Amino acid sequence: MRLFGVLFRLAWRNLWRNHRRTIIMLGAIGVGVWAMIFMTALTRGMVDQMIIDSIAVLPGHVQMHHPDFPDDPSVSNRMLISEADLKKKFDGAGFKAWAGRVRVPAVISSERESRGVTLLGVDPDAERGISFFNYDEVDGRFLVDASDQGIVIGRRLAETLETGIGKRVVLMSQDPDNEIADRGFRVIGLYSANTKAVEEAYAFVGKATVQKMLHIGDTTTEVVFLSDDYRNVEATFQAVMSATDESVSVRRWYEIDTYLGTMLGVMDGFVLIWIVVIFLALSFGLVNTLVMAVFERVREIGLMLALGMKPGSILGQIIIESMLLLTLGLAAGNFLAWATIVPLQDGIDISVVADGLEMWGVSSMLYPKLYASDMFLATGVVLLLGFLASLSPAWRASRYVPVEAITKV
Amino acid sequence: MNIVFRLAWRNLWRHPRRTWLTTGAMVFSNILLVFMISLQFGMYGLMIDNALQVFTGHVQVQASGYNEDKKMRQTVPDIIPLANSIRTTLNSETVAARGWAFALASSEDRSFGIGIYGVEPEFEAQVSNIPGLVSDGRYLETDNAAEIVVGSVLARNLHVKVGDELTLLGSGLDGSFAAAVVNIVGIFDSGVNDIDRNIAEIPLRLFQETFFMEGGGHQIVVVGDGLEAVPAIRSTVQSMLPDDSDLVVLDWDEIQPGLKQAIQADMSSSFFMYLVLVILVSFSVLNTQLMSVLERTREFGIVMALGLRPGRLGRLVLLETAMMGLIGAILGAAAGGLLTSWFTSHGLAFPGMDEMAARFNLPARMYPEVNVLTLSAGPAVVFVFTMLAAIYPALRLRWQNPVDAMRVA
Repeated sequence: MRLFGVLFRLAWRNLWRNHRRTIIMLGAIGVGVWAMIFMTALTRGMVDQMIIDSIAVLPGHVQMHHPDFPDDPSVSNRMLISEADLKKKFDGAGFKAWAGRVRVPAVISSERESRGVTLLGVDPDAERGISFFNYDEVDGRFLVDASDQGIVIGRRLAETLETGIGKRVVLMSQDPDNEIADRGFRVIGLYSANTKAVEEAYAFVGKATVQKMLHIGDTTTEVVFLSDDYRNVEATFQAVMSATDESVSVRRWYEIDTYLGTMLGVMDGFVLIWIVVIFLALSFGLVNTLVMAVFERVREIGLMLALGMKPGSILGQIIIESMLLLTLGLAAGNFLAWATIVPLQDGIDISVVADGLEMWGVSSMLYPKLYASDMFLATGVVLLLGFLASLSPAWRASRYVPVEAITKV
Repeated sequence: MNIVFRLAWRNLWRHPRRTWLTTGAMVFSNILLVFMISLQFGMYGLMIDNALQVFTGHVQVQASGYNEDKKMRQTVPDIIPLANSIRTTLNSETVAARGWAFALASSEDRSFGIGIYGVEPEFEAQVSNIPGLVSDGRYLETDNAAEIVVGSVLARNLHVKVGDELTLLGSGLDGSFAAAVVNIVGIFDSGVNDIDRNIAEIPLRLFQETFFMEGGGHQIVVVGDGLEAVPAIRSTVQSMLPDDSDLVVLDWDEIQPGLKQAIQADMSSSFFMYLVLVILVSFSVLNTQLMSVLERTREFGIVMALGLRPGRLGRLVLLETAMMGLIGAILGAAAGGLLTSWFTSHGLAFPGMDEMAARFNLPARMYPEVNVLTLSAGPAVVFVFTMLAAIYPALRLRWQNPVDAMRVA
């Protein structure tokens, strides 16, 4: 332990003998580490937002359907489980929220235009916390109960249809016998969403109203469940699985929207590659610095060896010096990253490229997310790879033959 | 000049390891830059081509406002004669007229709301790749036959195959009830889920009869020889429209602003990453050159005392840097070019890419595009930053007093 203390002090003092070189290297490490964490935070923020937005529209972290519904989203593939049975199974079973819904493709027509929409028959009380918009932010009002006679559509869809609050629209869909079922609705509210595509895609009506229109009694096409965190839905999934049998299929969000699941994996990979690439760019400078530091001190190292210092201590001394350099750089980089990300956490407006981002499924505000785990990852990778990179110069230094080293000019 | 050149070259190899480590950093970044930039250029080109060849084309004639609202009554009147005269004026076959409407398509078992294109069967294949993607049956042939081609997902959802009948229900231009019974003659498979699920095509004349279009349509698509031809085509077509008409000529960027923005968003994030890499390399160069100047302080003092001007010494340092930078640029471009060329012939794929690529209508394998620009852009920027990094070490010499310099231990 005393030896370590001595080596540590030697390394520390050596570090500051050539303070210019050390400061430049610290600058490089600092910028590198900052870039690692900053870029990662932006990426995380983007993907998080994208996943949260998309899950909000799906919605739910776990969903239950008739096994044929995902391939053939028709009302004939509904689940023949009554409302009361669902309640018995899932109420009080510890889900953050759950709701049964009727989801069918439909055509919505105003006197001017027609469009295709996904018609959602919902129970507004059960949906609270599941819907992707806040009921209070709806222009006009949201549905009051499951047998509300009105319809709530997106603001963008209302523009396209040239309709508005108080006007009537006609919905056409098909009932289980493939007869066209249609019904007039009065528009009672307009909701906003993060992307235009979502505002055009969904129309909300009372669950009981649509069940009556489609003649499907009190059955639903899907049941959605919310867990506390989208990254950890396993408990919810298992709970739903154990409460149901093979007559239904239960899927997690990343199985429903495979693009999202893939995206999450790809981004994790990207973060690691980015950190390693930046480190590699840094490593040339790091090794260079160490090689120079050893080179300048050949005679001194020879003398220490001649005086009886063990080669292992020389090796240790160089590695400690390298680790000190990296630690200081990492501290600076982490601090810099924290200091630049925190002021940006209220969101960066990138709406100049909003249409383009919509293609990626990303909304036009970017909220950087600084995760401690990413800071640890960057720090860990740099320390580990930095240690490996310093082995070679340190090893060479410890292998000098004292006499040759001392006499070297 | 010759002697300065030789001096610089020899100085460079006083510390071969240091020089190689510094050039190594440049080569590493250059390889990455060449590879990434080539990959991006290849991807952007494909993204634009693939997106435009589905429906957009290069230039379109539409009623003003149609591109945003897609309303039925925003028509191009007498669209077939107008398309014919554009064809004659441009002396080109790659011009096609279309109508678009929303309708409920019903088979025996299922009904879905879909977008219906009315197309000119003769010309559609010249402006769109959908006719070529018919994987089952054939494309439309006759101008007003009661025929339809549908996307593969739609066919699956509707439970139909080639030869089956579909009923289309919608509303006509005047808001009246529009209906048609058509035969499925072909099924296309574009690989893009949204298109295969939501789109069907019928002959334009049938479309005009069904939806009471009175000879009108919604868009005339023109494709030219590459994107460079767009402005010329645009102005020619513009000059053909009467001054008082409500029609506008839009180019692909106006029709699909998301495309260019997606590219811009992607470019700006890659730009950040490249910048970080280049800055790290400059730090490395700065460190090396500063060290090399500092360790020669005595030597420089002597030559200055002998009458050499500091300016010449400064140029010597810059020349050394330029040599090093040139080695890095050439080796980097060569190695990067080789690596990239390998991928150009073999293609690049990583897990999860097919999911993401499908979203942008891209193939699951990427082929980077190697050309003079993609090969030289990265190395050139790295070279410039290398030279910038050498300015401080070179300028330092100006403030050096020869006598003090010679006394440095």
